[in-house]
Amino acid sequence: MTTAPRLYRKPISTFWWLRRRSYFVFVLRELSSVFVAWFVVYLLFLVTAVSSGTAEYERFLNWSAGPWVLALNAITLVFVLLHAVTWFNLAPRAIVVRVRSWRVPPVLILALHYLLWGLLSAIVLWVVLR
Amino acid sequence: MTHRKSPEPLLWLLFSAGGMAAALLIPVLLFLFAIAFPLGWFPAPDHTYLLSVLRHPVTKIVLFGLCVLSLFHWAHRFRYTLYDGLRLKQLSAVIILGCYGGAVVGSVATGYVLLRV
Repeated sequence: MTTAPRLYRKPISTFWWLRRRSYFVFVLRELSSVFVAWFVVYLLFLVTAVSSGTAEYERFLNWSAGPWVLALNAITLVFVLLHAVTWFNLAPRAIVVRVRSWRVPPVLILALHYLLWGLLSAIVLWVVLR
Repeated sequence: MTHRKSPEPLLWLLFSAGGMAAALLIPVLLFLFAIAFPLGWFPAPDHTYLLSVLRHPVTKIVLFGLCVLSLFHWAHRFRYTLYDGLRLKQLSAVIILGCYGGAVVGSVATGYVLLRV
């Protein structure tokens, strides 16, 4: 009688990502999605407040200036920036563009992402701040 | 030849599109509405002006796209954060339901909030 060989698998600890700096940064980058989701919730609060009238909008502005909300949003901004930078830096590896036989250099793809980021941010600033 | 229909390519596509939309637009919006206005670095826009911006169809479409894609980006990435980060793959069914279900509920809420403006 033979039994199928069972491979030994080294058990991995739940906290494997604390072992190395690169693993830790990887997990931080993955966690950025939680803060992206929080931004959506925050934006929906803002839109709801604005559509409910001046008084509700004022209340939202006061609430958003409270220390806990500000602290959470400051952390959120750090994570969202981590997401943006790691996302753009990966883009040239994920996107390979060829024009006839010429491969668009990765640096150019990277630069175009940052250019688009700057352009869209400028448009939002211009629309919101007039 | 059999074709197995899998939603995975679509989920990856939504993840990528959401990652791009979030990276391009969330930093500036968050900086303005969550840091700069609360701290008084710039005066917050007055209510009438902000309402007129939000009522513009282009704003509604952009915000709806940004929110929905960002939510699906969250759902997909957070699913794998739970799988790998916390080694919870055995709870796959619950995680999938919670993540994508949450994104669907959030998208419906976004549509409702934006249509009511």
